[in-house]
Amino acid sequence: MTANTDNIFDIVIVGAGAVGCAVARELSGFDLKIAVLEKESDVAAGTSGRNSAVVHAGFNNKPGSLMAKLCVEGNEGFEKVCSQLHVPYKKTGKLIVAFDESDFAGIDQLMENGRKNGVKGLEFVDAHTVKKLEPHVGGIGAMLSPNTAITSPFIYTVALAENAAQNGVEFYFETEVNGVSKRDGLFRLTAGKKHFFSRYIINSAGLYSDRIAALAGDKGYEIYPCRGEYFILDKRTSQYLSMPVYPVPRPGLGGLGVHLTPTVEGNILIGPSAEYIKSKSDYSATKGVMDQLFKEAKELLPALEMKHIIRSYTGIRSKLVGPKTGGYGDFIIEESGVVPGLVNLIGIESPGLTASVPIGRMVRDIIAGKEELVPKKDFIAERKGITPFRELTLEQKEKLIKECPEYGEIVCRCEGITKKEILDAINNPLGVTTLAGIKYRARPMMGRCQGGYCLTRIVDILKEQKGIEPEQVTLRGNNSKLFTGRVK
Amino acid sequence: MLINKDLIIVGAGPAGLAAAVEARKRGIDDILVLEREPVAGGILNQCIHDGFGLIKFNEALTGPEYARKYMDEADEMGIELITNVMVQELSSDKAVTTVSPDGIRSYQAKAVILAMGCRERTRGAICIPGTRPAGVFTAGVAQNLVNIRNVMIGKNIIILGSGDIGLIMARRLTLEGANVLAVVEKLPYSSGLQRNITQCLDDFGIPLLLSHTVTNIEGRERVTAVTISRVDEKGNTIRGTSKKYDCDTLILSVGLIPENELSLNAGIEIDHVTGGPRVDEKLQTSVPGIFACGNVLQVHDLVDYVSAEGELAAGSAAEYIGSSTADGCGSVDVGVGVNAEDKGPNGENPLSYEKISVRAGRGIRYVLPQTIRPGKAVTFSMRVVKPDREKTVCFKAGDRIIKKRKYTALNPAEMIRMDLSQNELKDVSELEVCIYED
Repeated sequence: MTANTDNIFDIVIVGAGAVGCAVARELSGFDLKIAVLEKESDVAAGTSGRNSAVVHAGFNNKPGSLMAKLCVEGNEGFEKVCSQLHVPYKKTGKLIVAFDESDFAGIDQLMENGRKNGVKGLEFVDAHTVKKLEPHVGGIGAMLSPNTAITSPFIYTVALAENAAQNGVEFYFETEVNGVSKRDGLFRLTAGKKHFFSRYIINSAGLYSDRIAALAGDKGYEIYPCRGEYFILDKRTSQYLSMPVYPVPRPGLGGLGVHLTPTVEGNILIGPSAEYIKSKSDYSATKGVMDQLFKEAKELLPALEMKHIIRSYTGIRSKLVGPKTGGYGDFIIEESGVVPGLVNLIGIESPGLTASVPIGRMVRDIIAGKEELVPKKDFIAERKGITPFRELTLEQKEKLIKECPEYGEIVCRCEGITKKEILDAINNPLGVTTLAGIKYRARPMMGRCQGGYCLTRIVDILKEQKGIEPEQVTLRGNNSKLFTGRVK
Repeated sequence: MLINKDLIIVGAGPAGLAAAVEARKRGIDDILVLEREPVAGGILNQCIHDGFGLIKFNEALTGPEYARKYMDEADEMGIELITNVMVQELSSDKAVTTVSPDGIRSYQAKAVILAMGCRERTRGAICIPGTRPAGVFTAGVAQNLVNIRNVMIGKNIIILGSGDIGLIMARRLTLEGANVLAVVEKLPYSSGLQRNITQCLDDFGIPLLLSHTVTNIEGRERVTAVTISRVDEKGNTIRGTSKKYDCDTLILSVGLIPENELSLNAGIEIDHVTGGPRVDEKLQTSVPGIFACGNVLQVHDLVDYVSAEGELAAGSAAEYIGSSTADGCGSVDVGVGVNAEDKGPNGENPLSYEKISVRAGRGIRYVLPQTIRPGKAVTFSMRVVKPDREKTVCFKAGDRIIKKRKYTALNPAEMIRMDLSQNELKDVSELEVCIYED
């Protein structure tokens, strides 16, 4: 296949995680033809959709590092982005709790890091204040970070992508790049039978960013996958926790330690563990870690019970430091020294979600350093999301049902999701019609019955709205079909 | 606009329908039944196998046939049924808010009967390790997909849990051409009815692996295999007993949970063992004027008893409405106006006597009702902790044995019902039920 006007782009972004989508949105503000290639069936299918959903303040990261700088910048601007893009955001604050005297040194270290990184408002609070802030949490004192917040990483990534799409960016799903070549200053990316030509490649492939760099001719990076497992708790536990509660991090740990995080929807997350694994795609939960997670979480919050658990999930950190070194590396955000036009975003682990918008701006500056970028005159900065019926007043609900009776049809009983919201999710601008896509956008199947009530109804709606036969319904695209045929 | 109703019944499954019909027979005219599905009948609509109604009607009906009997009767009586409506809120003073495509409605009831049924326990709740691919279904969802939506959910299937829906689905899927490799049960005995083990597994040569559980799920997109391991008496996996089964589907029949979100928000006290409201012998919850019946109260194995509970709740609600109307408390009654029936055995003020609490003693997992009033005949229902043979179930007041009955076989899967007469409960101030050891 040869280059034509359809498949020649100024910029191809590989990977539709939070970072890839933030880059896409940032660059969509300029007169550029942009494509995002994603091997999975939706955005946020990897690490971006599988984390603690915390907007970090920036005190965990090494002073002087890119991680520290971009995290602090990201934290400061996050609320504005969320309000522009209609994304849930809640500035809860966060506690790092000391359980014995030896933890105080760790807290001092974090305060010092925070001061150097320019994190505002950090303060030490005594046991009494901890009790007042979080009556169900133990501890002998804590560091309070008032600017830590929580968000929805799915909706955040979806929103960035949709806004980029509004501004002309093209998204290609189930498009796994397996070859890159370059001729006459133009990259040629091969993904199965598809070909894309581009002047720049933005490598935001997360766990596979080492592979994409190598395919493009920049060898020598290695990403070490480090798995973290989580539990999600029933919303009935929301009374127990109002802000993320973390232990003091232990040196050398690949993560921040098992912590408790409220979600913007009122669940609690327990996790993550930190375990280096061989495979970058092994999202298994394991018995040993599940038992350990619960045990550690119960130390933080004694009121927890096993029956509160509604689901487990896992995410994989894309780390630049291996198990022998441990701890954290730093983000690599730069044009490749050996392959001009290849911009590498490698080792973007936590706080990558928080830092995603500043990373997008850095990428813009890298490109702007090479050529003049012309701002788009008709750039649309705002994006409208799905209206959550459950959060409205009775009067607002009544009004919406009058305007659109599909708001009066509750499809998901546990979360109170209406048919209109499901329809909005199915008719999303990115054209994703997988069950997981609907789930992440509108939240059905995420409650305590895990789709027991609504799955069958969603299958009906997919047929009714999109003509998708049940045999074609997938969980996450490719071969993840739900059904094997019809009854005889 | 507030709409007044004498009785609101939440749910038009077997419990709600039986309650509606009985309430009308007891002279309650102003009844509203609220149902979230497009049709009444509840879970019975997807239970197309037979065996329903053996006790109530002395014949083996299918689920839809059983439901039809009550639907027709309710229809002939002209009982008001609204379908496609979700109850969004129930308050302790019996205000009910609903959502439907017609809008938001607010009702004020004199009495409410809860008949919301139950939901299934999921994979997440029992923490099965492994990946999270397509091809894992709860048994009730699988039953709905196969029987109502007519889609096939898999070819090579493992079923975890030997509860009745799991057993029924083993047969159903086999008849549809699937290969059911095994039914796996963590306990050393089945949690389903014996007749279902015979008719659904034995007749089809499907192995039942007792004291086994699923310890891993594999597959990135669709299930490709599950691992099954033997467990010890504490439920811990025994090393070296794991075996991998290649399959594309895992069905979970691992328990039912009474659906009490509305009840909790109304401040109704919930029993941690049954998962349903704590009730007295009238099936009245801790909130006066709100009654509960069917699977929202306790998970049943036979629908016939669900209907019976519905009828009992309806009779109690009718009495409650009758007295609150007579007392002039009307729709704002919050339970301080108590009907004549609620008075003590000698007509004393209802607040002057204590309710008697009923305790589940040795060998009994739970007993319902949890409290009784002195001097009334009561039907108790209970489940035993583990299977047993040739044992006696015994009601005691202190050291005094009030009633006992010998069973050739006891099984947690089969609910035990025992009637105690007014006479037997006379002068009783405490009550315990236990397995009697000679």
